[in-house]
Amino acid sequence: MRAMNRKRNLATAALVAPAAAWLAVFLVLPFIAMLVFAFGERAPEGGYQPAFTFAQFANLPTRATAFWNTLMLAPAGALLCLLVAYPTAYYLAVKANPRYRLILVSLVVVPFWTSLLVRTYAWMYILGSRGIPNLLSMIGIEDVRLLNTPGAVLLGIVYGYLPLMIMPIYVSLERLDRRLLEASADLGAKPVSTFFGVTLPLSLPGVMTGVALVTILLLGEYLIPQLLGGGKVFFIGNALVDLFLQSRNWPFGSAIAVTLVAVVVVVLMLAMRIAWKIAGTRQVDLV
Amino acid sequence: MRSASTNDIEFRAVAKRYGSVAAVSGIDLAVPKGAFVALLGPSGCGKTTCLRMIGGFEQPSEGAVYIGGEAMNGVPAYRRPVNMVFQHYALFPHLDVEQNVAYGLKQLRPRIAAAEIGRRTQEALEMVRLGGFAKRRIHEMSGGQQQRVALARAIVNKPKVLLLDEPLAALDKKLRTAMQIELQSLQRELGITFVLVTHDQEEALSMSDLVCVMNAGRIVQIGTPEEIYDRPESLFVADFVGKTNRIAATIEAGAGPIRLANGVGLAKPARVNGTAGAAMVALRPEAIRLVRDGASTLQGTVTHRIFLGSSVEYSVEVDGLGDFLVTADRRSIDESDLAEPGERIGLSFDPHAMHVFPA
Repeated sequence: MRAMNRKRNLATAALVAPAAAWLAVFLVLPFIAMLVFAFGERAPEGGYQPAFTFAQFANLPTRATAFWNTLMLAPAGALLCLLVAYPTAYYLAVKANPRYRLILVSLVVVPFWTSLLVRTYAWMYILGSRGIPNLLSMIGIEDVRLLNTPGAVLLGIVYGYLPLMIMPIYVSLERLDRRLLEASADLGAKPVSTFFGVTLPLSLPGVMTGVALVTILLLGEYLIPQLLGGGKVFFIGNALVDLFLQSRNWPFGSAIAVTLVAVVVVVLMLAMRIAWKIAGTRQVDLV
Repeated sequence: MRSASTNDIEFRAVAKRYGSVAAVSGIDLAVPKGAFVALLGPSGCGKTTCLRMIGGFEQPSEGAVYIGGEAMNGVPAYRRPVNMVFQHYALFPHLDVEQNVAYGLKQLRPRIAAAEIGRRTQEALEMVRLGGFAKRRIHEMSGGQQQRVALARAIVNKPKVLLLDEPLAALDKKLRTAMQIELQSLQRELGITFVLVTHDQEEALSMSDLVCVMNAGRIVQIGTPEEIYDRPESLFVADFVGKTNRIAATIEAGAGPIRLANGVGLAKPARVNGTAGAAMVALRPEAIRLVRDGASTLQGTVTHRIFLGSSVEYSVEVDGLGDFLVTADRRSIDESDLAEPGERIGLSFDPHAMHVFPA
C-alpha cells in the first residue's frame, strides 16, 4: 500500500516537474529578483545597487498617467471587445448553419496566423495621413487626425484581442443546452426574456473569462499603444520599456512592475468572485 | 377559428416533414378535456414530434393542431396554453428550486405581485411534496426530486394541457412506479389534460385512460388500455404492447378452421371475418395453460424456466411451431409443482384468445 502510494507520488512528481522547474526558473526567480530590485536603488551608472528603501514606490505617482491610461483603457478595451464579440459569438454558436460553423469559427482564429506586429503596422498606414484621412480630404473633410489618439489605441486593442474574447463566449454559448431555451419559451418567456433570463446568465462564465483574459493581457500591453498611440498614449508597458532600456532605472521599473502584478491579481480575484456569484456555481474556469 | 368540440387537443390531418423525410403523416387525434392520453411507440415513431407540435417547438408541414378549439398554426411556444415536462427536465441550473418554479409566473403580463408569485410557487412545490426545498440548488437535488421540480414548474401556470416527454425514463424502477401513481393522482387533482410520450408500454397502460399507439410516423391504434391489450388491431400492436407468441397459420375458407403451421386445426375466433389465406396468429403468454395430462391443443418440451416470484415464465419448444413463451401462475400446475426443463408438456388455450391477422 505504501509502496503504491510512493509510486503514485513519483509519477505525479515526474508529470509536474518540468512545468514546475520552468516556472521556478523563469517566473518565480525573476519575480523575486524584481521584488528585491524594487526596494533597492539605481546605481549611478544605471542598473541596480543594493539598498532597502521605499523611495521607488514613493515615486510611483510620477508615472500616474501611464497607470491611469492602462487602468482605464485596458478595461475599456476589454468592454468594447465584449460588445463586438458577444453578438459574433452568439451568431456563431446559435444562429450559424451548423454545416459552416467550423469554417466560420476558424475564420475568427485565422488572424493569429500573422504576427500582431505586422497587423498593427497595417493599421498605422490605414489610420495614418496617407490612409483614411487622405480619403476623407478628397471629399472635403480636412485635418482629420486618427493615428496617435486614444481612439486609435482602442481600435487596435479591439482588433487585436477580439478572437480572445469571441472564443470563450462562443464555447459557453455552444455548450448551452438548447432544451433550456425551449423550456423558457414553454413557460411563456418571449425570445428577449429568454435571452436575458437564460442565455446571458449561462454564458457569463465565458464572458468573465474573456473579459479577464483580455484585461489582463492589456494591462501589460506595449505594442499597440507604441504603434498606434505614438508615445502620446502611454501604457505601463511602455513606461517599463523606457525605464529598463532607456534610463536604466531598474529599481523604479521593478516597483512599477510589482505594482502592476498586484493590480492584476486583485482584478483577477474580483472577476472570479463576481463570475461565481452570478453563475451560481464554483465551476468557472478563468484562463 | 373555433371548433365546437370539447376536445382539448386535436390533430387534423397533420404531417411533419424534415426535408424529404416524413416524421409523421396523416395524424388525426382528438384528446377529450381532462383525459390522460399516452402516445406510445418505439423510438423514431414520431411520438415526440407530435408532442413538440403541441408544445409549439415544431410546426406541422400539413394540417393543424388545435388546443382548446383554437388552431395553433404559427403560434409560438410562449403563447400556447400548455406546459411541458422535458425528458431530462431541462431545469435552469443557474436558478434555485423556487426560482425555477416561479419562472413561468414571472413571465405573465400584466405582471402579478411578488407576494402572489411566492404564494403560488409555494403551492406548486407543496403539491409535489417539495415544500421545504425552495432554496436548494438544482444540482443538490436527486433525480426524483428534480423530476418533481420540473413537474411543479410546469403546473404552476395552470396550463390547459400538460405535456410529458418520457418523464420517468431516467428514474429507477421503484421510483418510477411511485411517480406513476403520483402523476395519476396529480392529474385527477388538477383536472387538466395530460399528454404523455413514452416507449414503455407498461407506463402507458398503467397511467393513461387513452393509449395512442404509433409506428413509423402514423397512429396505428387508439383505445383504452384494455382495448389496446385485449383487442390489438394489428400484429404490430399485439407485439409492441405486452408479450406475444407469433404463430404462422392459414385461414381456411367458409366454416373451415384456422390451421397452424404444424397442421393443428382450431375453431375460428368470433372476431375473424376471415378472408381465406395466410395469416399470423398472436397469442398472449398468459392465455396458455400448461397441462400434464388430459386434452391439450399443442405439445412441446420445456426448455427454460424463469422464476419471477409471483409468476413463472416458461420457454416451451412446441412440436412443429418452435419456441413459445408461457406465463404461468405459480400454482397453475398442481399447487407449487413447477414444470422442469426437459419435461414433455401439453399446452392448452381458448381459441378465442387468438388474435388473427392477415399475413
